[in-house]
Amino acid sequence: MTDSTNKSAVDNSRRDFLSKAAVAGTITIAPGVLLHQTAQAASVSTRPNDEPVSSKNRWGMLIDTSKCANGCTSCVDACNEENGLVGHGRPETDSQYIRKVTLKDKSTGHETSLPLMCQHCETAPCADVCPTGASFVRADGIALVDKHICIGCRYCMMACPYKARSFVHESVENQKLTAPRGKGTVESCTMCVTRVDNGGIPACVEACTAENHNAMIFGDLNDANSEISIALKERGGKQLRPDLALNTGVRYQGLNE
Amino acid sequence: MTRFLRQFAVLVYASIGLALVFTSAIAETPFPTIHEPADESAKCIHPEDEMRRNHMNYILHERDETMHEGIRNEPASLANCIDCHVKPDDKGEIANIESKEHFCSGCHQYASVQIDCFQCHADRPQKYIKRDKRTSSLTQDLQQALANNAGVNK
Repeated sequence: MTDSTNKSAVDNSRRDFLSKAAVAGTITIAPGVLLHQTAQAASVSTRPNDEPVSSKNRWGMLIDTSKCANGCTSCVDACNEENGLVGHGRPETDSQYIRKVTLKDKSTGHETSLPLMCQHCETAPCADVCPTGASFVRADGIALVDKHICIGCRYCMMACPYKARSFVHESVENQKLTAPRGKGTVESCTMCVTRVDNGGIPACVEACTAENHNAMIFGDLNDANSEISIALKERGGKQLRPDLALNTGVRYQGLNE
Repeated sequence: MTRFLRQFAVLVYASIGLALVFTSAIAETPFPTIHEPADESAKCIHPEDEMRRNHMNYILHERDETMHEGIRNEPASLANCIDCHVKPDDKGEIANIESKEHFCSGCHQYASVQIDCFQCHADRPQKYIKRDKRTSSLTQDLQQALANNAGVNK
């Protein structure tokens, strides 16, 4: 038994070495190609998954409300599907990670439609008030709930100015592999953290793009060359409730004051 | 003499009775249900005896690294345990955590050690879970709520 374990350890290190060697080979053999790939990959995570997340990245989203179609719920549907959110016919308490909100300017009658979810604040009130440390903001800016240590007190839900969090009131079964969730804990948008860690984009952004609405951009706010940073630089982007100075990771375009 | 014989007979009957009680007790002693991994060609990350004693420590340590630091290449992963060890039976039925036929419950029910993992985590490999599209009900509720809200705003 011991021998075979050692053997597999050796095999793993060999594999690691070979894969690193392959990467090094790519750098030296084809620098042009790699440069091209880096420019393309600037919007998703390229961190190897054995390294901890760092503040080198700050993941965020930019939502162009002028492109967000009124009545379209494809981002909400994709989120529910991705996270296995099941309703019990009680909209007041059923979990919502993301919801569509329609704003109406009373003077002009102009309606704006937008998706609202956890704004992934840098200085998050939910993390501030959490008595156990279950609510936290990851080094790369994603606000999460560690359900292993959440006691379900719901202080974070009261502290959140965006009403972004839900409490799970019912026993849950048939959870999704990447979205563990259970009774007695608080939950909210995770920016599809497993997807992001594996170099993907959140399900809502993917769905919005697939619908050809292109109202949502996901990317690294710390990378000046990412699509989201360029869009923000060119056209700006507002935080919701900027007066709270939370430095949100989710920004909006096309909102009136 | 008769008295001695009577005492002897009582002793014999008593021992037979005791023996019977013990035999039936042994026959009724519960044993854990031990399940073989679904993929028998796959090697576990540690030898069997090590995993039986310490599996909880491996999972606990690495869950924090995954949750807080996003390290996702950990060898010990609950999802991997489930993927390898939980399989459908001959009829294609797959046991959930409530059943003794589930890999974890086989021992945990025997030992009366309650596990909380599966209050949140998936207890069966994703490929075996048949999912009906139940999310649509939430969407309808949501639309209803939105319609109500819109009424309030106007």
